[in-house]
Amino acid sequence: MPESAPLHLAIALEGAGWHPAAWRAPDARAGELFTPAYWLDLVQEAERGLVDFVTIEDSVGVRPARYDASDPEESPGRVQGRLDAVLTAARVAPLTRHIGLVPTVTVTHSEPFHASKAIATLDYVSSGRAGLRVQLSARPYEAALFGRRTFTHRIEDRDDPAVATLVTDLFDEAADYVEVVRRLWDSWEDDAVIRDAATGRFVDRDRLHYIDFSGKWFSVKGPSITPRPPQGQPLVTALAHATVPYRFAARSADVVYVTPSDAAQARAVEREVRAEQAAAGRDREPLHVFGDLVVFLDATEAEAVARKERLDELAGEAFVSDAPVFTGTPAGLADRLLEWRAAGLSGFRLRPAAVPHDLLALTRGLVPELQARGAFRREYEAGTLRGLLGLGRPASRYATASGSPADSPATATAPATA
Amino acid sequence: MSKPDKPLKQIHLAAHFPGVNNTTVWADPEAGSQIDFSSFVHLARTAERAKFDFLFLAEGLRLREQNGLIYDLDVVGRPDTFTVLSALAAVTERLGLAGTINSTFNEPYEVARQFASLDHLSGGRAAWNVVTSWDAFTGENFRRGGFLPQDARYARAQEFLAAAKVLFGSWRGDEIVADKESGVYLGDPEAGRFDHHSEQFDITGRFNVPRSPQGRPVIFQAGDSEAGREFAAAGADAIFTRHGTLEAGKEFYADVKGRLARHGRTHDELKILPGVTFVLGDTPEEAEEKAALIRRQQVSGQTAIKLLEQVWNRDLSAYDPDGPLPDVDPDPGEHTVAKGRASVRQHGDPLAVARRYREIAEAKKLSIRDLIIEVSSRQSFIGTPESVATEINHFVQSDGSDGFILVPHLTPGGLDVFADQVVPLLQEWGVHRTEYEGTTLREHLGLSADTF
Repeated sequence: MPESAPLHLAIALEGAGWHPAAWRAPDARAGELFTPAYWLDLVQEAERGLVDFVTIEDSVGVRPARYDASDPEESPGRVQGRLDAVLTAARVAPLTRHIGLVPTVTVTHSEPFHASKAIATLDYVSSGRAGLRVQLSARPYEAALFGRRTFTHRIEDRDDPAVATLVTDLFDEAADYVEVVRRLWDSWEDDAVIRDAATGRFVDRDRLHYIDFSGKWFSVKGPSITPRPPQGQPLVTALAHATVPYRFAARSADVVYVTPSDAAQARAVEREVRAEQAAAGRDREPLHVFGDLVVFLDATEAEAVARKERLDELAGEAFVSDAPVFTGTPAGLADRLLEWRAAGLSGFRLRPAAVPHDLLALTRGLVPELQARGAFRREYEAGTLRGLLGLGRPASRYATASGSPADSPATATAPATA
Repeated sequence: MSKPDKPLKQIHLAAHFPGVNNTTVWADPEAGSQIDFSSFVHLARTAERAKFDFLFLAEGLRLREQNGLIYDLDVVGRPDTFTVLSALAAVTERLGLAGTINSTFNEPYEVARQFASLDHLSGGRAAWNVVTSWDAFTGENFRRGGFLPQDARYARAQEFLAAAKVLFGSWRGDEIVADKESGVYLGDPEAGRFDHHSEQFDITGRFNVPRSPQGRPVIFQAGDSEAGREFAAAGADAIFTRHGTLEAGKEFYADVKGRLARHGRTHDELKILPGVTFVLGDTPEEAEEKAALIRRQQVSGQTAIKLLEQVWNRDLSAYDPDGPLPDVDPDPGEHTVAKGRASVRQHGDPLAVARRYREIAEAKKLSIRDLIIEVSSRQSFIGTPESVATEINHFVQSDGSDGFILVPHLTPGGLDVFADQVVPLLQEWGVHRTEYEGTTLREHLGLSADTF
């Protein structure tokens, strides 16, 4: 990735922030986490920072206090509960104009048909700014909320071969899920709606396509109930920490978030993802590899460290995360991002540890810093999320298959005026 | 109007986004997109300007087919219900947001999460129309397929709603303390705990959406059968009915309202709202002419043949829509011609329907197209704004219903003239609000806030 390539930024929104005690910070709006005004303010602030998109966290169940814990132990000191991320994204869409909206969708317990039309519709209500973050769920207690399947193994027991099989299966299922979602987005050609009053036909059904997907976990007939969305293919993103999820992302995603701890690892991970991409036969397609970091940002590094320690103290334990944690100044973070960009990453998804403090430090500290270094946009340059990320608008995979001219001879629907 | 001997009832009004049936005239030059968000915004803002209770969205989960081909004569395609309703919450302030969500191809936990989220995101304006039956044809788009016979689907709907109510009720509403000083976020660490077991659902854990402004969404039930009426009387807040004539409306109203006491409910706890259409003109003659024109737009020759096939259950493409009814009888076997339509079930005994059609056609000397227009698409209210307002008011004051869900024939401007010309009269007569008194849909409908 050349130094001059545009740097992309996303902000990961999660409740009061990613630190479990973030809600106790003096400026936290702890009592408002379930109000639309709260989410609108956050996304509008991110939009003022010109970031490419926000992701909105979600989970079907109550989250464990620590990311690496298996069960949601009773923890009255933690924020519990969350709103559906797709609905939250839709709620802010009409009141924002440029920023991409990427809600989390748990694929293990939902229907690809529903997800496909929901994200397509988010693309309509946002005029081309929709995406999704694909998330799996291997937690037994989350499966119990649905009662459709049971997971008997603890995902944390990484050395158990049965767990390895489960993980591989869940990612293969996720890949099928994304394949179905993408085929459904393509199942209406862009010009399928013809509103031809002369022949009485609203659509040209030759430009609608059954997807006829049949796999190990489900089969889906199609076509979608919702016409092809404005971006054609909304953005598909996924977080990945190891080889199996890298493989999934390389097969299925437009953006993969990775969590290296230093520049050398960033380089190594990026190469591994590219190798998987080539193995999947997608090496000609654009795939962004974003670094994922939790950030504590203040005017000095000492202040950021002290603030983190205060929050740790309130939480009763040191903060741990699946992603690297940056504690420092916006300028220091800019140094880190540019160094990692040079190692091959094309952008970053930054997780504010406490909101609004770290969100504002990103939009009003980091962004001007990057702009001053000529590394970040000064205004939104495209009307769609794919456009912001330099991704073209793909043609429907079925468009060439039909090849039917608009005025093809009358089909069997033409009335026989006997 | 004559002097009322009892206090006037307030008329509840709602707007139905024009759907994918032939009642929607898409070929009219004024017809807009059924997908673009701007269409939904237009209808919602019109309804809110007229102080309607709510906007209603229907649902479809598979494109319809007829004779084995995707049906292309009506509007095809819709957006996702939850996503549109949540986005509409951003551009409206008081209007209720009602959506049909089926209970066959979803799970109670996720639907409850979505409706509770919508209720939070709209400040208490969510409503759920629970539908009971979807076929195996639709099931081909879902993981489980069309896995349930008809009666099991109905049982599932009942259990589904019961399970969802357990989830909505799993938070009392006072658990979130969020006290920064003491560090207590959740006053009750058990908030959301549930354990629900029934024939079809075996679910346990913690529901992760705190209690929403309305406690639970307003529940609509569409259903006309004995079981449907009983189900609604037992637990729904409103019924979306098809009884658009005063006589049928009064019979249904008396029957369903009469069932409430047996379930320990009062007369006002269940609102009865027929879906109706309207045509307005400056004079009665103009309105009639317009109505006749709209009916012909709704039923082209091709559409007439397709609608007749839905009764005859066989290919009738060789027949002339301007000629007489087919000389053959309907195929009385399993319905195979039209797929993805709820309406074909309403035909009941096709041979009896055909006999009735023949009698009408013969008596009035009607062609296929004229017959279909006659039987399928008569508008509910036709007239001047004054006469339509009078008729609507009479209908409600006579206990034919508690109000109406208006289905315009044009997207998205079809409601404008009603909002501008009929609503002001109802307001003048004191039977429709001039301002919203409350903020939640439950308040608009005059339903109690205490729902558990």
